[in-house]
Amino acid sequence: MSLNYTKKTLDYFLKPKNIGEIKKPDASATIGNMVCGDQLNFTMKVEKGKIKNIKFLSFGCASNIATASVMTQAVKGKTIEEAKKLDWHDIVKDLGGLPQQKVHCSVMAIDGLKKLIKDYEKKLKK
Amino acid sequence: MKIYLDNAATTKLDGQVRKAMLPFYKEKFANPSSIHFSGQKNNLILEDSREKIAKNLDTTSDRIVFTSGASEANNFIIRGVMEANQDKGKHLIISAIEHPSVYDLAKDLKKRGFDVDFLPINNKGIVEVDKFKKLLKKDTVLVSIMAANNEIGTKQPIEELIKLTKENGSYFHSDLVQAIAYEDISIDKLNLDFASISAHKFNGPTGVGIAIINPKIKINPLIIGGGQEGDYRSGTYNLAGIVGLSKALEISCSQRKENRKKVKEVRDYFLKQLKKEIPDIKINGCLKRRLPNNLNIRFEKIEGEAILIELSSKGIEVSTGSACSALNLKSSYVLMALGLKDEELNSNIRFTLSKDTSLADIDYTITNLKKIVKRLKSFSPIK
Ligand SMILES: Cc1ncc(COP(=O)(O)O)c(C=O)c1O
Ligand code: FES
Repeated sequence: MSLNYTKKTLDYFLKPKNIGEIKKPDASATIGNMVCGDQLNFTMKVEKGKIKNIKFLSFGCASNIATASVMTQAVKGKTIEEAKKLDWHDIVKDLGGLPQQKVHCSVMAIDGLKKLIKDYEKKLKK
Repeated sequence: MKIYLDNAATTKLDGQVRKAMLPFYKEKFANPSSIHFSGQKNNLILEDSREKIAKNLDTTSDRIVFTSGASEANNFIIRGVMEANQDKGKHLIISAIEHPSVYDLAKDLKKRGFDVDFLPINNKGIVEVDKFKKLLKKDTVLVSIMAANNEIGTKQPIEELIKLTKENGSYFHSDLVQAIAYEDISIDKLNLDFASISAHKFNGPTGVGIAIINPKIKINPLIIGGGQEGDYRSGTYNLAGIVGLSKALEISCSQRKENRKKVKEVRDYFLKQLKKEIPDIKINGCLKRRLPNNLNIRFEKIEGEAILIELSSKGIEVSTGSACSALNLKSSYVLMALGLKDEELNSNIRFTLSKDTSLADIDYTITNLKKIVKRLKSFSPIK
């Protein structure tokens, strides 16, 4: 089986970005993958329509941790509308590619982001 | 620094074995089926290797068929016996934790109209004789149960199972691939009809193995062609491989007792240190009835592939049954058969030692593992 991670993916796995949990977040979301059993928890702080801070916890493999790192790095400081435009292809590209069976990990990170934004918008309406 | 703890996957080629093989890649390249003198000289070496192998397995040379490995041997024996003995019946029994070359083959045979039963294991990773008795039928042709498992190293009570199978008038096959390096196995005393062996699991070369057959039992060949191996298996001889297998088996058998003791001591030290340094670990499968080189450990709340990749970044090489590491993203069916819960399936690491694994290797592994587990746990969402 080919499971060659790029150096960048390994770096993000070994030194992940935005690890942790924000206290009193403006939104939170948990996403799991029924296929591989992995799980990501996101928390986010929003200020003036911009993502001020975003953090994650992971029960997952190297690419799960790396893709969540890239995703959170990419949306930090962006407006909610800008964040909505982030696509899993962007994550794969940023990492210099992912093994084929690992592409779904990037999709999971994006799904987590969508769920997080939905939670934020729901709370905003209240 | 490189610490190889994946010896159930493959082992390092022994230097003496390599040396024994080299002439057959150089001047002694002739085909053992050729009639000229170089060919016939090699034919003598081929038959001499067969004799030596038979002796080390405590059987006769007419029962040895050379193959490309154990996957082929398993396919040849199981398919060959089931297809050739349909007058006897269509029923096959295998255990739920056989290697894919048995397990998936049995599923294929089922699709093709054979009647297949999968004997479950208990939560210790061992099949139960009483359950086995209930599965035996009048038309049971073949039973295939491994001597020891490749993932969790548990040993099956094959002596008893063979006896019951024979009393039922059925044939018995055992995949000996993982057991052969550590268990004293006599094919004839065990009264085994069929067995599979692979050279690369005991410091021999890859791409060569043995199907032990019983010439009195009907079997169809898997590979048809030039008629080598008494028509049981066609294909030009891999003489270098066969010589290597013979040498590796000779060394392995002569050192078996000593290796078993040595490896077990190091493995037991490993487990003791693991328990001391890392909280909440669980052992998958029975520790007692297990190969001396195997430890399959569950680390709570963290994912197996992540552990594996980080260990690998430190030069420590292991394997995992985690879904994340599988091409089909399915967790290990062996661990499922053990009864692990969904949330437990993806946190397991298999460590398989060799006779060369030292206490210092274990200390280095423990030091790193401790840090890795701590780091991964620090951001696990599972409380
Ligand atoms: C128990 C068992 N059976 C069969 C095989 C297949 O052996 P080979 O690699 O020679 O095809 C292996 C090794 O992967 C194994 O561990
Ligand atoms: S998140 Fe690990 S394989 Fe899916």
